[in-house]
Amino acid sequence: MDELFGIPLPLLFGQLLLGLINGAFYAMLSLGLAVIFGLLNVINFTHGAQFMMGAFAAWMLLNWFGVNYWFALILVPIIIGATGIVLEKLMISRLYKLDHLYGLLLTFGIGLVIEGVFRNEFGSSGLPYRIPPELSGAWDLGFMFMPVYRGWVVVFAAAVCLATWLVIEKTRLGANLRAATENPALVQAFGINVPRMVTLTYGAGVALAALGGVLAAPIYSVNPQMGSNLIIVVFAVVVIGGMGSILGSVITGFGLGIIEGLTKVFYPEASATVIFVIMIIVLLARPAGLFGRTA
Amino acid sequence: MASETTAPGIRVIPAPVSDGSLWGFSRPQRVALIVMLVFLGVAPFAGLYPVFLMKLLCFGLFACAFNLLIGYVGLLSFGHAAYFGMGGYIAGHAAKVMGVPPELAILLGGAVGAALGAVFGWVAIRRQGIYFAMITLALSQLVYFVCVQAPFTGGEDGIQAIPRGKLFGMFDLSADLSMYWVVAAVFVIGFLLVHRIVHSPFGMVMKAIKENEPRATSLGYRTDDYKLLAFILSAGLAGVAGATKSLVFGIATLTDVHWSMSGEVVLMTLVGGLGTVFGPVIGAAVIVTMQNYLAEWGAWVTVIQGGIFVACVLAFRRGIVGEIGALLKVKL
Repeated sequence: MDELFGIPLPLLFGQLLLGLINGAFYAMLSLGLAVIFGLLNVINFTHGAQFMMGAFAAWMLLNWFGVNYWFALILVPIIIGATGIVLEKLMISRLYKLDHLYGLLLTFGIGLVIEGVFRNEFGSSGLPYRIPPELSGAWDLGFMFMPVYRGWVVVFAAAVCLATWLVIEKTRLGANLRAATENPALVQAFGINVPRMVTLTYGAGVALAALGGVLAAPIYSVNPQMGSNLIIVVFAVVVIGGMGSILGSVITGFGLGIIEGLTKVFYPEASATVIFVIMIIVLLARPAGLFGRTA
Repeated sequence: MASETTAPGIRVIPAPVSDGSLWGFSRPQRVALIVMLVFLGVAPFAGLYPVFLMKLLCFGLFACAFNLLIGYVGLLSFGHAAYFGMGGYIAGHAAKVMGVPPELAILLGGAVGAALGAVFGWVAIRRQGIYFAMITLALSQLVYFVCVQAPFTGGEDGIQAIPRGKLFGMFDLSADLSMYWVVAAVFVIGFLLVHRIVHSPFGMVMKAIKENEPRATSLGYRTDDYKLLAFILSAGLAGVAGATKSLVFGIATLTDVHWSMSGEVVLMTLVGGLGTVFGPVIGAAVIVTMQNYLAEWGAWVTVIQGGIFVACVLAFRRGIVGEIGALLKVKL
């Protein structure tokens, strides 16, 4: 049993694992987008740049300050999340009364500025980030070798997604958040500081993107374009899943990652486009998205 | 019987009476139009480099096409590079490999842009607002990846050494100045066409959809059909602009189908003024000029463009022409 449909098993499982890892990033990023969109009604175009900032922040912490991966995992989301809070306070909050499209244009512009600054500073070629020693090496699973770090990314990302879901669905804070998504004016009337909640939610969404960046740093090379290339695919993922359900965006993210991985095995030419094609099919069959409620 | 009774409260809206305006151009707009046409006629003799002017006109037409959607139907397409770039590839391929004359190559580019717009528009108009923007962006990325792999686009190299050919098989266009007149004609025709569309009965419905779509529906208009047709027209004009650009520069590359090109046309229209007649042209002129002068600054151009985006959205939402119009209390 070394082959399946004429495909060597190690290759198949290797691509499946890569697909799962991509799926983990899709899931984390679309989760952040969905949380932000739910409360702010802004689609955060800066998300890709913030993901990239997360990876660079981890690199800077390691190479400039000698802070290792584990501390970066905690510090980077806090730092980048704080920049997100400043951004929301200074700029994004001015646009809530206008057409939602202005929020999109503003965050797109901010993303361009961030990406351009990093490209000036670090060039377009990637910087390497070493896998932390605790997670280097590989396990022999019998049918394939599994690099420890890759397994860690999948497990950790799944845990983060689950934790986010628990916070939103099972805690009092999450209940307030969901209520404010439905009807901010009423929630404010109950004495909850909705503007502060909006600011913190944006910060949390950005922190999720930055955490994804730290996770990605040892896998992909750290470069200024890493976010913008990813974010367009994540937009397609968001359209496919619909932004109505947290669990829905997580499942869609992982699922599409796996489909993309399998496409690489069976029909590599289509691997870059398969998610967009799925998006078209979903739009034709279920315009609101797989888990969406409203059109 | 039902056809005979007229329910009370329903007003029959009379056809718009001509207010003495020519082709829908109001008096100040007519002045601006004449200024523009005179500029087009004089510019190449006033020391402005024809290739630069042609680039400006191609992007001006592209921005006008984009403005047709955002300014008058309220649809933000974030993937217009797909139609622009594909128009360029098709025209380049037709002119170079098939030896098609330039006027046909440009029309072919427009036709393919419109066809692509018909398919993508049909998919994308199922969703609105932010989703519409994300879907059009994702679809244009699909086109980008197809262009990376498809054999006829030449991949990373693009299509190079595209001949300008002979207009109608008679007039050689290899001299920049002769090509300039062709580009200027294409631009003026496209510009007037956009204006005509906007001021036609069809355009009135477009604006009604922008203002209040449920109401337009309740008045009996199939809004999706109108949106789709507007999308096709816009994509077709973008294709014409892209085709013209590839003939001017003799090259069609991946840059023109990349998402950053979609962002650029949004920026041009925003800077000039969304929903203004002359705004997209002015916006394109500003951005193209800026890119020309800052070319050696490398990635700082991206930073500056992003900064302009932010400034426009936060403080300057009417754009240059919109602000001037507000100052003079006229619609430009």
